[in-house]
Amino acid sequence: MPPDSSSAALAAPDISTSPPSLLTLFIAFAKMSLAGFGGVLVWARRGIVDQHKWMTADEFNETFALCHFLPGPNIVNLSFVFGSRLRGLPGAVAAFSGLVGPPALIMVVMGVLYHRYGDIDALRRILSGVACAAIGLMLAVVFRMMTPLLKRRDVIALLLMVAVFIAIGIARLPLAAVLLAAIPISIAITWWMRRAA
Amino acid sequence: MNSDSNPVLTLAWTFAAMSLFAVGGANSAIPEMHRVAVDVNHWLSDQQFTDVYAIAQLSPGPNVLIVTLIGYSVAGLLGALVATVAMCVPTAVLALIVSRFLTRASQARWPGIVQAALVPLSIGLMGASGFILARTSDRTVVAVLVTVGAAMLASVTRLNPLWMLLAGGCAGFAGLIG
Repeated sequence: MPPDSSSAALAAPDISTSPPSLLTLFIAFAKMSLAGFGGVLVWARRGIVDQHKWMTADEFNETFALCHFLPGPNIVNLSFVFGSRLRGLPGAVAAFSGLVGPPALIMVVMGVLYHRYGDIDALRRILSGVACAAIGLMLAVVFRMMTPLLKRRDVIALLLMVAVFIAIGIARLPLAAVLLAAIPISIAITWWMRRAA
Repeated sequence: MNSDSNPVLTLAWTFAAMSLFAVGGANSAIPEMHRVAVDVNHWLSDQQFTDVYAIAQLSPGPNVLIVTLIGYSVAGLLGALVATVAMCVPTAVLALIVSRFLTRASQARWPGIVQAALVPLSIGLMGASGFILARTSDRTVVAVLVTVGAAMLASVTRLNPLWMLLAGGCAGFAGLIG
């Protein structure tokens, strides 16, 4: 959907007249994916919105929001939905294969190397150091996402968060069981709070 | 190892089912991957799981590709392929169907409510991911300092995360992590 304002319309992508070829889609997504260490989202936005102008920033945000609220790897979902908008199912497959194929090949090579050389002491030490830093990065994401809840003093959301943490992290209950209980509860509470507000 | 069933089929079924519950992305499913791969099926040891996570973070591409490595450890190339496809394709198809449906009959209210309701759950899941990995990795004071340092740097600066991973790797190589 093109935006209404004329300034934005100038920069808006002209998808209808020139859909990119399947090969272009594949290469574009492979490039974003291979540039993305520790997350591809930034590169996907840069590639799709800034470089190729296949989507406006708003369209990208909307599509990403949809893919984020659905389960599964967000950026993989995005590649599939985006590819299909441009070129139908073949486009979806091209974008998806570009995003996942080349890095998965790299991952297999890493797997081969790990299984052959994983016992070497120096490599063991390096990997433990990398793991410590990677855990820190994950905790930073947790803090960043928690900040709005803390600022709003959203006690119920924080309690739900802690309950899921305990059920999964400490009690080690199966994910499906925990979420089949937690999702309806959380949706009901959110719905009720918004109605009351 | 469960000898009575084909491990490739177990991989396919396990990851396809898991992907449908990965709310908030692949990192939310780390505790379930650990439970399935280490506790239930004994595909990997605790240490190997943490190694695999570190390798996945060091490599380019979407975070979900940790399943490629788990699959490879279980059943070689075929395992890698099956685990990757099983974790990615079902939810991608679901996303495609929902996106078509939403553009046709746009009900702006419900997606917003569901999304807001999922946020605290996915934060709890990611916190659990960090906790489970830290139990294996952060066994020394320096290791904890590296984790806390990376968390703080990533929170207050816009430094490329790769630098922090490399710094952690150097600290490990120097024998500081233990």
